[in-house]
Amino acid sequence: MTEKSKEIINKVADVIIENKKYLTELDSAIGDGDHGINMSKGFNKVKEKLEAKDYESNKELIKTVAMTLISTVGGASGPLYGTAFLNISKIIPDADFDLDSLIEIGESAVAGIQKRGKAEQGEKTMLDTIIPAVNSLKESKENGDNIEEALKQCKAKAEEGMKATIDMQATKGRASYLGKRSIGHQDPGATSSYLIIKTVVDELY
Amino acid sequence: MVNIILVSHVKEIAEGAKKLAEQMKQGDVEIIAVGGTPDGDIGTDPDAIETAVNEIYKEDGVIILADLGSAIMSVNMVLDWLEEEVREKVVLADAPFVEGAVVAAVEAGMGNKIEEILESIESADMIKKN
Repeated sequence: MTEKSKEIINKVADVIIENKKYLTELDSAIGDGDHGINMSKGFNKVKEKLEAKDYESNKELIKTVAMTLISTVGGASGPLYGTAFLNISKIIPDADFDLDSLIEIGESAVAGIQKRGKAEQGEKTMLDTIIPAVNSLKESKENGDNIEEALKQCKAKAEEGMKATIDMQATKGRASYLGKRSIGHQDPGATSSYLIIKTVVDELY
Repeated sequence: MVNIILVSHVKEIAEGAKKLAEQMKQGDVEIIAVGGTPDGDIGTDPDAIETAVNEIYKEDGVIILADLGSAIMSVNMVLDWLEEEVREKVVLADAPFVEGAVVAAVEAGMGNKIEEILESIESADMIKKN
């Protein structure tokens, strides 16, 4: 499973790097214009690190991703995604992921981001993508959906959450300085979170 | 004597605040300026913050001043990594960056305790301009 996880992380890195310009454009509208640059800097380094070594476990692999992002990203997304991945590294299993483990992974990511950023849903941040995605997985579990259906729904809810940030006024992060002027733009953090979730889902099934 | 760490997104801001604070300081107060990313861009470098804490830590305590978003988050993250004993004596001040740096340097130089310095720099008077 660790080989598969490595593949997934590499794919996530490629997608973030491909979207460097797009993420930076979104961030230029309402922030400091470095989200794409910072994220692709971090994920380029992640690719280098993964290339250089074989990992024994998913825990070790994800911890490396976390520490690399923390050390190289430079912007707020470093501590935010870094702490999310660090939390995930503590609980991620090595076996194939079932719905329970995916929910646990999602919840630990949310807990990590909230610990660092102290944000709630509705503040125009990455959480507006991730929380609906995790809630969707929980609903699927309650409804008894199979994992394929659950992941499909999860991706759709993540996309919906990302798009919902367009109409929100930012109350956290650099965009909050703009007040009402932040309305009408999609949040770059919510967008990178969607790209990550989408890629993981597409790679899993 | 309390030591001070100044964390800014921009190297020159951190170094400039240090320069201004050092103009006023007495005694052996140590001030470390941490600014920018390792490759010289605007941003924060958690590893440099951690190195600064390890370098400057004393039992009297360390006050950290940070400017915005990722600087604050990075400091909080590094504080979480510290051992309990050290963690208790390293404080991210809820204070304005430049004013906080200058007053913290002055009071630390006078031998004030960390709690006294924090009380001064975290007071609302610090941001009054009129």
